[in-house]
Amino acid sequence: MPIFWLILIVLAIAVVGYILGRARAMRDAGGDIRKLHSLPSYYGANVALKAAVPAFLLMIVWLLVQPIYVTSAVSGLIPDGEGTSRAEHGLVMAEVRRTADGLKNAVAGGAMSETVARDPNADPDEVTQRLKDAGQIITSQITTPVLNAAQRYRDLNATGGLLMTAGVLILSVIGMLWGIRENRADFRARNVVERGVRALLIGAASIAILTTVGIVLSLVFNTIEFFRLYPAADFFFGLNWAPSFSGRGGSSELGVVPLLWGTFYISLVALLVAVPIGLFAAIYLSEYASPRMRAIAKPMLEVLAGIPTIVYGLFALLTVGPLLLSVFGKDGLGWMQAGTAVMTAGLVMGIMLIPFVSSLSDDIINAVPQAMRDGSYGLGATQSETIKQVVLPAALPGIVGAILLAASRAIGETMIVVLGAGAAARLSLNPFEAMTTVTAKIVSQLTGDADFASPEALVAFALGMTLFVLTLGLNVLALYIVRKYREQYE
Amino acid sequence: MNDMRPAERAVTTKDIKFECRNCDVYYGDTHAIKDVSVDVEDKTVTAFIGPSGCGKSTFLRCLNRMNDTIDIARVEGTYLLDGEDIYDKRVDPVQLRAKVGMVFQKPNPFPKSIYDNVAYGPRIHGLAKNKSQLDEIVEKSLRRAAIWEEVKDRLAAPGTGLSGGQQQRLCIARAVATEPEVLLMDEPCSALDPIATSQVEELIDELRENYSVVIVTHSMQQAARVSQKTAFFHLGSLVEFGQTGQIFTNPKDPRTESYITGRIG
Amino acid sequence: MTDATAPLPSSSHRAGSSSLMEYDAGTRRRNNAERRFRAYGLAAVAFGMFFLAVLAVSIIRSGTPAFTRTVVQVDFAMTQQQFDEAEKSLLKTKVYSGLFISALTAELQERGLDSTFDEAAIERLLGKVGGTIREYYKANPAKLGEPVSFSLATSSRVDGYLNGRVKRDTLQDSRFLMASDLDLVDRLEEAGIIHAEFNWPFLTGGDSGVDNPGGAGIGVSVVGSFFMMLVVLVLSLPIGVAASIYLEEFAPQNWFTDLIEINISNLAAVPSIVFGILGLAVFIQFMHLPQSAPLVGGLVLTLMTLPTIIISTRASLKSVPPSIRDAALGVGASKMQAVFHHVLPLAMPGILTGTIIGLAQALGETAPLLLIGMVGFVARGYPGGFLEGFVEPNSAMPAQIYTWAARADAAFYDKAWGGIIVLLLFLLTMNIVAIILRRRFERRW
Repeated sequence: MPIFWLILIVLAIAVVGYILGRARAMRDAGGDIRKLHSLPSYYGANVALKAAVPAFLLMIVWLLVQPIYVTSAVSGLIPDGEGTSRAEHGLVMAEVRRTADGLKNAVAGGAMSETVARDPNADPDEVTQRLKDAGQIITSQITTPVLNAAQRYRDLNATGGLLMTAGVLILSVIGMLWGIRENRADFRARNVVERGVRALLIGAASIAILTTVGIVLSLVFNTIEFFRLYPAADFFFGLNWAPSFSGRGGSSELGVVPLLWGTFYISLVALLVAVPIGLFAAIYLSEYASPRMRAIAKPMLEVLAGIPTIVYGLFALLTVGPLLLSVFGKDGLGWMQAGTAVMTAGLVMGIMLIPFVSSLSDDIINAVPQAMRDGSYGLGATQSETIKQVVLPAALPGIVGAILLAASRAIGETMIVVLGAGAAARLSLNPFEAMTTVTAKIVSQLTGDADFASPEALVAFALGMTLFVLTLGLNVLALYIVRKYREQYE
Repeated sequence: MNDMRPAERAVTTKDIKFECRNCDVYYGDTHAIKDVSVDVEDKTVTAFIGPSGCGKSTFLRCLNRMNDTIDIARVEGTYLLDGEDIYDKRVDPVQLRAKVGMVFQKPNPFPKSIYDNVAYGPRIHGLAKNKSQLDEIVEKSLRRAAIWEEVKDRLAAPGTGLSGGQQQRLCIARAVATEPEVLLMDEPCSALDPIATSQVEELIDELRENYSVVIVTHSMQQAARVSQKTAFFHLGSLVEFGQTGQIFTNPKDPRTESYITGRIG
Repeated sequence: MTDATAPLPSSSHRAGSSSLMEYDAGTRRRNNAERRFRAYGLAAVAFGMFFLAVLAVSIIRSGTPAFTRTVVQVDFAMTQQQFDEAEKSLLKTKVYSGLFISALTAELQERGLDSTFDEAAIERLLGKVGGTIREYYKANPAKLGEPVSFSLATSSRVDGYLNGRVKRDTLQDSRFLMASDLDLVDRLEEAGIIHAEFNWPFLTGGDSGVDNPGGAGIGVSVVGSFFMMLVVLVLSLPIGVAASIYLEEFAPQNWFTDLIEINISNLAAVPSIVFGILGLAVFIQFMHLPQSAPLVGGLVLTLMTLPTIIISTRASLKSVPPSIRDAALGVGASKMQAVFHHVLPLAMPGILTGTIIGLAQALGETAPLLLIGMVGFVARGYPGGFLEGFVEPNSAMPAQIYTWAARADAAFYDKAWGGIIVLLLFLLTMNIVAIILRRRFERRW
């Protein structure tokens, strides 16, 4: 892992720079720290920052740019006949990468000499055979252009890695020397270091923006790619979801409507469970329960929120599903074919959302001023009349916000529906039938063996985009409502 | 408005509405009210005065069992309303509060329309048979609270949008709409400007015709202006209770005198 | 005040309001409504508790079988001569299993029990016995000639029979288990040869093939989770704290700060699977980081937990009163010094608590890991070393549990529940540590 060592070396340079920089400032001040502008450690930190930060920045940028450069350089080597469409081009590039990795591992494992691996005129059949013997995963017969491209890919990556190592180390040393040079006794080290630290803090805070940008870009690019291969109208308005299993496109029907229907139906069942229970629990705990009971019951309910969703998924699949089947299945009412159904997933998801609804509503109900309640009691209202006619109407916007947040949770929930809802996409009203959701299909389309360049895999990004836009809309709306509500009582 | 002479009023003895004997209130370990005995007469304004924290509001809240909503409060003693013990186990505090209404220090209209604010009490107590009767009650109550003319064109507007004085009169309208027999007012003018205060004070004087009014106030002028009887509280004890004229002109207890002349407070 | 003079007609006073002791019909109705409303609330709380209890019971009941396994213990001795002969023969393992069968027969006869069974039955119950014995002697030739006690794990179906999951009357003969085998199991049990013991291999092993539920273990994916959590901790704690310090202490009120704040609050509510898509597209497709590597999993989970950590860190920074900052600034410290010398140390317990809770959340996350290839079946063996632990393909606990739950063989369900117990124990420990930290160091200003 050369990058790991490179990081360690740069850190070591920074430490050395810290010691040297501190010593240099002390020498300049004649050993009397009162003659220094700043504390000695700031002089050290000045050098360490200058040695480490630009070097690491260079490394990150290089790591991001090098793959783009290498890919574009190598893809020029593949003749047009090999990759006609963009999708097939992607497949060939994947093949090139696999071959290059295979060569690297084979050389490292001693199954192939460096000269053979580099020989551009090597017999592709022989190379294929030797790679297969060495246990490397090669999907098909390597052709000469692919082999040459793979060799070029290896070369470029090796050279790039070397250049990066050299560049980073040189930059680090230059930074260190520059820092040391600056460190005179009257140098304002503290101000410089604090400006640097502040920049680092801003950088850390900006990661949130970068993450959002990353999400949006990765969704947008792949979604555009998908719509190039599959018409957008068919995706948004298609009533059928039937991907072909070959993984190479063709006869797939990829309509999102049945998935959206499954998502909404399951979320609806979940909210029908979670909202009444969560809301009544919040009302009871905030208005009626003794402090003792509240101290016990509130954390107990919140435990439900801390349980990983995989546990709920298993609970749906193995406990709730069979239980419902014994009541509504063919031995009972005959409405249910299998344990996985909208009802199973919806019920369990509802349980998961109870604490979510209850703790948010609890906060909101507690924010209603006591004066409101006093006014109502003073008129001779009972507690429940006060709650129903004064507290809840006053808290309504906040509670609506909480329910919207819960709905967004339900729509984005994955593991419960993957395990509990079934795999068949269906437009049906029967809640005891298996249906599937957007999230469940993202998982199944991206964990299958479909190639990333095929519409069957790319559709997952279009689904992800749909999901992202839906939940983002709900979140923004909910946060807006809750914030407005908070302002009302502040 | 700032003279301290009590108004010339016919002082006659009336029926006793509230009879309180040996009352004690504890908040947790704090002894907030110490052995207080007071009689509140019908169709009379009784003022509770005293320095901050002397327990006058606490005592007021005992009279319609508002202290029940505070977990740590403990109330002892006898409180008889028309001869019935209001802390009897058989008494439903809800029914009691319908008879003994309350107006609070800070105007607290519900986040509903003006109409719904006033109609709230009649609705929950089932006082109106139909919509027109309810309309009638709302209008009468708003008229009684002297706010009808100001709001009659915007009954559907939210009560929280009114000015402070209007809000407090709305709260008074809300309280009289349920036809209480006793009206408790906890410093009803402390959040109001002088004009709104004089409006509310006039209102209190008119309410006396039908109700027994108990008012807690910080302002001695206000007590002198609106009340017939005054009780002076100090450090949780009732120091002196008597005709308002006598308390302000000829206090028996030296502590009352020092408070009225401004030496303690 | 002219409009306030008309007194309300006294007839509108309610009838029967004369005494407080008598309830009119309206009051009774209202009190009943009150009681009903209160009962609904209590029922809702009880429902929540009930679900929690059902969840706990079904986890414990279904999960405990994974922690025991059934072994057949047979004393066995082999001479050097027998060993040599066996090694020379053509079907080597067959000779060993023959020896094992005769030893087992002898033990049964010794206890006076019926000892008729065939070799195929032994293979159904115990798998390839011969191979196991041969490997043992090849590894420990010194043991030849001495009596050795072999503990051989039975197949998961025998486990199921002994703990009641497999019933004799519903059993259908298959190549995995025949009804006649159960007679042999009963006899072995009577003879005390077969017994249950704690299933250490479940805690230490890796995933097994789809047809060997008995050999599946959670250990390797625990290691995978550990490496991921290491990445998450190392990245999210400093980045989260730095971002919070900036936003809470230094950020000016401008559009850039607003943008960051909006991003953080939205990212906190973005579905986890979207982070998986991000990881797949950016780290694997674009940057070509290795698939299924805990490093990538850790990066994805870091991005996912950062908003949580930032939100809780900001809350603890905010709870440090401004007087502390003023005091530091008052003696001539720079703003940066005031924050790093005074505010941050005081906020540290709260920050650590929030971080642990964020880590616990990340530890239980499944969906994004599936997208970057950290599915259960790659967790076959331990990584070669510390650094390899970050990049060698591995799984994580929840993904491993998912893989087991998605398999057709019901014997894997036991493993999945058992895995959940292990996962929840980790989460419980982390939460208890967080609670202790909070109790111990919480400061009220």
